[in-house]
Amino acid sequence: MKMTGAQIVFESLTREGVNVIFGIPGGAILPLYQTLPEYPNLRHILTRHEQGAAHAADGYARVTGKVGVAFGTSGPGATNLVTGIACAQMDSIPTVFITGQVGRAAIGKDAFQETDIAGITLPITKHNYLVMNASEIAYTIKEAFYLARTGRPGPVLVDIPKDVFVEQAEFEYPETVDLPHYNVQPAIKTEALKQAAALIKDAKRPLILAGHGVIISHAYNELRELAEKTGIPVITTLLGISSFPSNHPLCVGMPGMHGMAYASLAIDEADLLLGLGMRFDDRVTGDLKTFAPNAKIIHVEVDPSEINKNKHATVPLVGDLKTVLQKLLPHVQPKTHPDWVKRIDVLKKEHPPVRSIAANGMRPQAILQTLSKETKGQHVIVTGVGQHQMWAAQHSTFVNPNSFITSGGLGAMGFEVPAAMGAQVGRPDATVWSICGDGGFQMTMSELATIVENNIPVKFAIFNNGFLGMVRQWQDIFYKKSYVATNYTRNPDFVKLAEAFGMPGRRVARQEDVLPAIREAMAHNGPMLLDFMIPQEENVFPFIPAGQSTAQLMEEPVEDLAHGG
Amino acid sequence: MAAEYKTIVSLVRDRPGVLTRIASMFRRRNFNIISLAVGQSETKGLSRMTFVVDGDDATIDQVIKQLRKLIDVVSVEPIGDRTMVARELALIRVTATSATRSEITQIAEIFRANVIDVAPDSLIIEVTGDEDKVQSLKSLLESFGVREMIRTGRVAMERGLALDSRRNGKTTIPQA
Repeated sequence: MKMTGAQIVFESLTREGVNVIFGIPGGAILPLYQTLPEYPNLRHILTRHEQGAAHAADGYARVTGKVGVAFGTSGPGATNLVTGIACAQMDSIPTVFITGQVGRAAIGKDAFQETDIAGITLPITKHNYLVMNASEIAYTIKEAFYLARTGRPGPVLVDIPKDVFVEQAEFEYPETVDLPHYNVQPAIKTEALKQAAALIKDAKRPLILAGHGVIISHAYNELRELAEKTGIPVITTLLGISSFPSNHPLCVGMPGMHGMAYASLAIDEADLLLGLGMRFDDRVTGDLKTFAPNAKIIHVEVDPSEINKNKHATVPLVGDLKTVLQKLLPHVQPKTHPDWVKRIDVLKKEHPPVRSIAANGMRPQAILQTLSKETKGQHVIVTGVGQHQMWAAQHSTFVNPNSFITSGGLGAMGFEVPAAMGAQVGRPDATVWSICGDGGFQMTMSELATIVENNIPVKFAIFNNGFLGMVRQWQDIFYKKSYVATNYTRNPDFVKLAEAFGMPGRRVARQEDVLPAIREAMAHNGPMLLDFMIPQEENVFPFIPAGQSTAQLMEEPVEDLAHGG
Repeated sequence: MAAEYKTIVSLVRDRPGVLTRIASMFRRRNFNIISLAVGQSETKGLSRMTFVVDGDDATIDQVIKQLRKLIDVVSVEPIGDRTMVARELALIRVTATSATRSEITQIAEIFRANVIDVAPDSLIIEVTGDEDKVQSLKSLLESFGVREMIRTGRVAMERGLALDSRRNGKTTIPQA
């Protein structure tokens, strides 16, 4: 059946199960948008900035496990997507970005609003395409979605020239893709499974390092079964948070730069690490030479290039984590490690996350603990990047799988507002809290307009210290408190701003107002903003400076607590 | 310590932008390409690339794995130094007068190189061989004056049927 290129795009998206698109139109993509009304089942959310669309598609994909989709026009529309694309790439988020391009005849002529977006996004996409004929659209979109969601997921960009949207072509949606050299499910060698099981059997001080792969492959039950069967304590990386219940007796918490001191110290003493769907990122390992000095490593990863990239694997197991764990479980023998668990308990007692919380309720750690208590951990927390992100990771409770959404690899400030919007669209019944820093919030706060317009009931909590707080913390520690360009001396009035955008806002400056404000926001039927005025001098501890080892671990200075706001 | 060079041969889909895609990966990951030669393979729709890469074993391992991750890359095979047949072609424009022309031609003959162009004041010499041979000829010609030189970079194959047997004698062509 003959169709226009634009119709073929929407027919293809429909067949891929897409029902939400985030985006902004513009000249080059207009022929696509003008066809949108023919597809009333596709919900389009018009964002205020393409970065908002990209992060929203990312947040949507993270909570649903489906492919997130965003549209942008050529040139500036496409380049505005770039931060969101890079974020999805770093955290392996299945996303498809469709951009309009100038007409075929104008390509390469520096036409109005022309950029080579396929060239620009080469290093930050899993794959990308410039589609030069309407007849190629259906297959390209089929392949794009297949690549985005299989193997190690990631962003795929499809760039389509304006005149290709109006060109007619025969539409037939392909059943399969033809990528014989793209190996999604490598064979798992029984020999390697046996070797891994033997290492687990012999280990005296084993630890599981659970990463984002557990969430991506939905291996929650398998992880839990492995931990409980073998009695191995579980450490979760930043992106692995909520892959294992944080209230489980075997849960040790997060290691690394701002991880729990006891988690990092336990890694120092471990004789076996099971890296499950994680990549030994520098924020986890610090100095690679001193990381886990006594441990053999079993590394389970879907992406072969992660094996031996940072840390040598004694036994590598390449494949989808859920499948690998299902095959590994019958080989491992039931075991317990009472002495090792006791040792970790001692480390926990000696190195509490924060020495005293009760001193002042306006401390950010206490606010987050209050929030978790109030929601009973039944929330989806979406964060920006910086101090508030680390406090949220350290002091929230996560009882449900996949309930912590954060920009881990790229560390993109401004993620929190649009990603929370996308997450709430993906999980309309969930209580979505966007934990914001005052700096990052101002990068994408224009999406509050989108949120109000579409009545997306995200609750915003700004942790407002008038600083780019994490940068200020580095200035505190490494630059003798020389606060160059980190102080927002006159932030806007976020409460009035919320009201201007059309949602209620409350300023919370006193300890006794924290709980009532959280309750009010949760009772409010729609989006609402809370502006928590937290102490400026509050820092994130523990802290292991970049590239260093646990020998350089800093814990909270006790004397600072007295003036904690 | 001397640089460690490794030769990698790769089959890639013959599509617009594939070279950029591969070069972009090398640049982004800070891998150092010594030479890169590209041309058609025996199979329509597939090109064969020969990379010479500088790096230790861990780096080469990463180069191979990162290449395999690219969707347009069909196969990646490192070639062992001892089992490799490697050649490159160079064109050298050398200053030549009636007094030196015959001497240059003799040198070229010793290297089994060919004179492929004669001008009143210069010759172009074509030489094929491994990098050492090309380098030696160039050094000898320098006393006459090398005005211009162009080298293709290494192309390499494994001796015998090693590669074929690894591929089960099959090379499939992905359809677009």
